[in-house]
Amino acid sequence: MMRHIIAVLMENESGALSRVVGLFSQRNFNIETLNVAPTEDPTLSRLTVTTIGSDQVIEQITKQLNKLIEVVKLVDLTEGDHITRELMLVKIKAMGQRREEVKRLVDIFRGQIIDLTNRTYTVQMVGDQQKLDAFIEIVGEAYVMEVVRSGVCGIARSDKTLSI
Amino acid sequence: MELLSGADMLVRSLQNENVKYVYGYPGGAVLHIYDALFRQDKIKHILVRHEQAATHMADAYARASGIPGVVLVTSGPGATNAVTGIATAFMDSIPMVAICGQVAHNMIGEDAFQETDMMGVSRPVVKHNMSIKHPSEIPMAVKKAFYLATTGRPGPVVIDVPKDMTTPTDKFKYEYPAEIRIRSYNPPSRGHSGQIKKAVELMLMASRPIILVGGGVIGGQASAELTQLAQKLNFPVTTTLMGLGGYPATDQQCLGMPGMHGSYEANMALHHSDLILNIGARFDDRVTNATEKFCPTAQIIHVDIDASSISKTIAADIPIVGPAMLVLKDMLTLLAKYKQQPNTQMLTTWWQQINQWRNRHGGRYEVSGGSAIKPQQVIETLYEVTRGEAYICSDVGQHQMFAAQYYKFDKPNRWINSGGLGTMGFGFPAAMGVKLNFPDAEVVCVTGEGSFQMNLQELSTCSQFDLPVKIVNLNNQSLGMVRQWQDMNYESRHSQSYMQSLPDFVKLVEAYGHVAIKVERMEDMKPAMEAALAMHDRLVFLDIYVDPKEHVYPMLVPKASMRDMWLSKTEKV
Ligand SMILES: Cc1ncc(C[n+]2csc(CCOP(=O)(O)OP(=O)(O)O)c2C)c(N)n1
Ligand SMILES: [Mg+2]
Repeated sequence: MMRHIIAVLMENESGALSRVVGLFSQRNFNIETLNVAPTEDPTLSRLTVTTIGSDQVIEQITKQLNKLIEVVKLVDLTEGDHITRELMLVKIKAMGQRREEVKRLVDIFRGQIIDLTNRTYTVQMVGDQQKLDAFIEIVGEAYVMEVVRSGVCGIARSDKTLSI
Repeated sequence: MELLSGADMLVRSLQNENVKYVYGYPGGAVLHIYDALFRQDKIKHILVRHEQAATHMADAYARASGIPGVVLVTSGPGATNAVTGIATAFMDSIPMVAICGQVAHNMIGEDAFQETDMMGVSRPVVKHNMSIKHPSEIPMAVKKAFYLATTGRPGPVVIDVPKDMTTPTDKFKYEYPAEIRIRSYNPPSRGHSGQIKKAVELMLMASRPIILVGGGVIGGQASAELTQLAQKLNFPVTTTLMGLGGYPATDQQCLGMPGMHGSYEANMALHHSDLILNIGARFDDRVTNATEKFCPTAQIIHVDIDASSISKTIAADIPIVGPAMLVLKDMLTLLAKYKQQPNTQMLTTWWQQINQWRNRHGGRYEVSGGSAIKPQQVIETLYEVTRGEAYICSDVGQHQMFAAQYYKFDKPNRWINSGGLGTMGFGFPAAMGVKLNFPDAEVVCVTGEGSFQMNLQELSTCSQFDLPVKIVNLNNQSLGMVRQWQDMNYESRHSQSYMQSLPDFVKLVEAYGHVAIKVERMEDMKPAMEAALAMHDRLVFLDIYVDPKEHVYPMLVPKASMRDMWLSKTEKV
């Protein structure tokens, strides 16, 4: 069982996304994260899904995705060198002494405070999943009020591209 | 250029696709379309009595001809009634175009009268579906639907048509597209030559080979090539429930059907083989039994037009993605070039072994003697009196398995049954769909009293459109297949498998204006069948009372390998 990141280019049409999501539940495939947005070519959207499965299951996932009429192309990024990033927005209790402490942690993790009140900080942070997990852990559950994560975005290293 | 309303465009597009019949049922959301149908005479509409029957009629036409049938239903209940038939076609990869009405686009999502999200409901059981957003899209949508339904791995396509897309007063330029290209859809055109070469080399080295023929050979119109290849190599052939007729059943090389109710010799040969050449079968669980115990010594060549069918349940050693006919042609060309011949000595030994298995069971069943009728005898008699030439449209249950086992199909497209979904109620409308399109052919529905009652309202459609099908009802007064499982797994606790209060089928059928004959004794059976078949222009229903205790054998032992079978109620191997 391995974690795979599959990037999918598909027609930017209504219903295409529900077909992808439907496929995962119909066929009992797991979705860890999913994100989707139009590309620079407005007729296409790009979807990144992270999933966990045996080689056989991953093979089925890619074959079944490819079979969807609106899927133009896809790549399992985990088959080669790749970079992943995730965006996180997190609202943290920051009062008294904690205020300085949280600020210091945000700096260490190269996050940014993008909104604040006299009791809270809202922090934006970009990184791979582990880094974001680590930040949450170190801030401490007791202080984390709300977390929003975008799900993983991925791209291949080198000059390889997923395009038509 | 002509200006047409969406409704007229839809009908014109179907005309441009050379559609002869539309199977359907009207309702509010499709009234504009029905009006457009009324104002033309190229397409004939067949009014069924339940939308499910429309889908099975269209589906069976495609199974017999390879050409997709067209279904037209209204929104909401019309569309949901069609879902079972769409799913039936989907599971067996049958092309179909289903046009479903929808509430006006500005009402979608408001729980309007007869609104059902048919895009959502049908999504898991279609090859593709699309919703019309503007009337001018209609010609291209129809073109696309036919293209998708028939190319690659075929399947049903649903077009959802909101009512305001067909408004008679909104007219647009009409032109039917000559061509279509979809950048995201490129079905495989040929198998990989390197893979085909590897496969042929493996075939020439095999000592215990077997060819497994699936529905892909029927749908892919490849039975001539398949037959040629099998005979050139002298390999044994087994045809799945969906592949029956893909290779002539009466030929010596044919071992019959594999799987749950497959022949002893087919299952034994598969289990002991060293090479399986699978053409267009998807290693369904009703064939393989426990996948981890499946054919332990076999290498597997798997040819399929759908890559996702390969290595889904059984890993392939040589996967070949491509249309069956062309892959087989490439194999034949390669074989003709090779000097090497198949290993005749090994094959002779293999055939000796297979013939021993053949003699071991050979499709035997116990004849009761006297007047009692065994269901197997009915099928054998049917085979005899139709000379094996009929289209057999089956329902689902024991009678289906008996028909598959004892009617020997020498030609493709003659065996019409719901294999993947196992839809009771399929057989009768299916027979109607075939008869309508092949009026000179003998078309027989083999059914059971359970299945028949799921779509018997179509007796009325048969009167209206003059569809003289023959119906052979294997009346065992029970849901026989369910009862068999209860006998075997639940100590004969027949929970809800006895059909209480059966109608008098003779009176029922006569009430619709047809002919019916009740048969209770063996000596009456063949004469009744001959009499029925002689009434060419009448629908005849044969209500044949058969032994209610009979089981279908062989039967694979659950969760075991393919060599583990029950051969009769008392004999397990
Ligand atoms: C629509 C539907 N409901 C339930 C079943 C489950 N089922 C499979 S075979 C069978 C019994 C069929 O009875 P009958 O048509 O009388 O045929 P027999 O087995 O008696 O020959 C049932 C209930 C099914 N296949 N389809
Ligand atoms: Mg019955």
